[in-house]
Amino acid sequence: MKKQEIDGAQALIQTLDDLGIEYIFGYSGGAALPIFDALETVKSKIKFILTRHEQGATHMADGYARATGKPAVVLVTSGPGAGNTITGIMTAQMDSVPMIIITGQQVTWMLGKDAFQEADIFGITIPVVKHNYLVRNTNDLPRIAREAFHIATTGRPGPVLVDVPKNVSQSPFTGDLDAEIDLPGYHPEESLEIEAAPVEEAARLIATSTRPLILAGHGAMIAGAEKELMKLATTLGCPVTSTLLGKGVFPETHDLSLGMLGMHGTAYANKAICECDLIINIGSRFDDRIIGQADKFGANAKIIHMDIDPSEMNKMIRPDVQIIGDAKEALKLLLKHIKPLDTKEWTSHLDGYKKKYPLHYKKQGGLRMQQVLDELFEVTEGKAIVTTDVGQHQMWAAQFYRNDESWKWISSGGAGTMGFGFPAAIGAQFACPDDVVVAVAGDGGFQMTLCELATAVVNKLPVIILVLNNHYLGMVRQWQELFFDNRESGVDLDGNPDFAKLAEAYGAKGLTIKRPADVRKRLEEAMELRKDGPVLINAECIKTENVFPMIPAGAALEDMLIEPPKYKMAKPVGST
Amino acid sequence: MSRTITTSDKKPMPRPDVIGGHTLSMYVNNQPGVLMRVCQVFARRAYNIDSLVVSQGRDPRFSRLTLGISGDPAGLDQIIKQCAKLIDVIHCTEHTPGDAVVRDMVLVKVHIENGEQRTEVLQIIEHFGGKTVDLSETSMIARIEGNSEKVDAAIRLLSNYEIIETVRTGKVVMARGESAT
Repeated sequence: MKKQEIDGAQALIQTLDDLGIEYIFGYSGGAALPIFDALETVKSKIKFILTRHEQGATHMADGYARATGKPAVVLVTSGPGAGNTITGIMTAQMDSVPMIIITGQQVTWMLGKDAFQEADIFGITIPVVKHNYLVRNTNDLPRIAREAFHIATTGRPGPVLVDVPKNVSQSPFTGDLDAEIDLPGYHPEESLEIEAAPVEEAARLIATSTRPLILAGHGAMIAGAEKELMKLATTLGCPVTSTLLGKGVFPETHDLSLGMLGMHGTAYANKAICECDLIINIGSRFDDRIIGQADKFGANAKIIHMDIDPSEMNKMIRPDVQIIGDAKEALKLLLKHIKPLDTKEWTSHLDGYKKKYPLHYKKQGGLRMQQVLDELFEVTEGKAIVTTDVGQHQMWAAQFYRNDESWKWISSGGAGTMGFGFPAAIGAQFACPDDVVVAVAGDGGFQMTLCELATAVVNKLPVIILVLNNHYLGMVRQWQELFFDNRESGVDLDGNPDFAKLAEAYGAKGLTIKRPADVRKRLEEAMELRKDGPVLINAECIKTENVFPMIPAGAALEDMLIEPPKYKMAKPVGST
Repeated sequence: MSRTITTSDKKPMPRPDVIGGHTLSMYVNNQPGVLMRVCQVFARRAYNIDSLVVSQGRDPRFSRLTLGISGDPAGLDQIIKQCAKLIDVIHCTEHTPGDAVVRDMVLVKVHIENGEQRTEVLQIIEHFGGKTVDLSETSMIARIEGNSEKVDAAIRLLSNYEIIETVRTGKVVMARGESAT
């Protein structure tokens, strides 16, 4: 294609193809017409997936990225189309997920004049993106697309939005398709150069520790530091706990794994934080859901914090040693300085906690979400890609679906976005067609993006949608029970449809589980049926179950509730 | 509709948080929207921008920002890092009067009743090394520059007369010696 013969939109699609973009998820509209036309006229390997809502498109791109580590593109129109992407962009930003969002825009001479479907999406999204652009010159499009890709995928990843006015996309392109990026204020390559002094200091702290603990976060996964992490843990004999987003970076079925820590983490992980003498944080940002009351977090421990983002240092916790940079590079360097430790006493002490406070649930008195998830783990042999929304089902899934591999646990952590799980599962299934992908959703969250059933059916995706249906916003109800004298307010989802019938109406398969004894059978049935397309399982669960262990927001980890409290609780003051 | 907020500051309120407040210097891409990104970082953490000077750098691709800010000192270090993290920010540094030259300039319009007052006001302006840049029957405009404390002191003294309005540039800083700002 000669450059004189193409327009801006074609140059843009050509560049995305050159960058290796595999999927564009999106929804068409007036201001994006030239770009949608370019999808037809440019010969590329890009596959376009039409969603049923722009939010769904963002979560699909998110799920794709969290299953592969590679970014997908979201393409929507201006105004409301762009506005509908905000929740998805925020979700990606909070969880450091690479994503490129291209929005159509009114023509440049109408900007600021309240033109039809004009929204200042550049201004609106500044707080929720890693970076964004409003393109004013057609010839800038390839460079900006390259910069967007580079920024989204390097350093600490994140979403980058590119707003493209219609006249910019449809004007003739006369520039250089191979124009190089020009980012004088962005130097992610520096993260690969690890300063030696703090690493040596960390090694000295490690050498004198008798009760060390590794806290593995999403950053370790993004850096691809699984091998180095395993080497560190096994060389030291050091137990490992992971954050919600770090699930799988260290195998959760390993003897040294303590599972997830934090608000609804395992009792043994939280007790380990309280009792350890050294915390080695590898790529976690010390989220408020992990640390509870900050001044009591790891009160008996020295803290080593490794993070690629310097602005995470001292934000929540003041570490004794700061190692800034890529987790894999930092660990490689650290491994040169360490020797095995004698941690037998410490690990057997923690094993005692594992025996004393195991994750458990009752099998009598109705169907519980925990049982469904526990059996899902067994039926899928722990190998499925599991996505979730936010709430009780998410925490139980995190507890009972133990992940042994990176990139297989896809959950909205920082943003806590309802409606995330199902579209994210669609994105993950596109990315990994041969994997079993299970969207675990609550009945509340599922109804926020259920229109994507059409997307799943049309594309014959073998995705399993597990709706854990208690007809309630369960986590909010749990808080109301514990902290608001059980006054239920705005949590009863009376009016839920029959989800199995709903799935059938869309052309998917629908199953229902009502009895604990049927769980295994239905899950196995779903594993068979998925070969012909999406399967929805509606699991009718009891309403009154609460998630434990629980650390009330802002409370210290030592104040963890392992069982339901027998006394009236004060309202939590910290966080939400 | 009448404007209820007057721009004249006849009774200036002292702002102790400005004096001794923190001064940041940033070198940024000279593009639309960059200032929005920077301002949002401060607003989110409840920092107030007390003064702001933006101008094109010697290299027109870049701009120099000097910000006088006030807010919780405990968050300052992190806010500097968050600014530095912005893709459009080349660098962001805090400066103190010890390591940098600070300059501020004000234009003060004073109402003059009679010749005696005019003489007094002229003496004050002269004392602060200022200049009279406009003179009429009933008013004069003085230009006074120096570090922020000196400018504050001049305004304080002139407040004994009727100040019609003041316009202040906000502080600019430059690192001393061979160091880069």
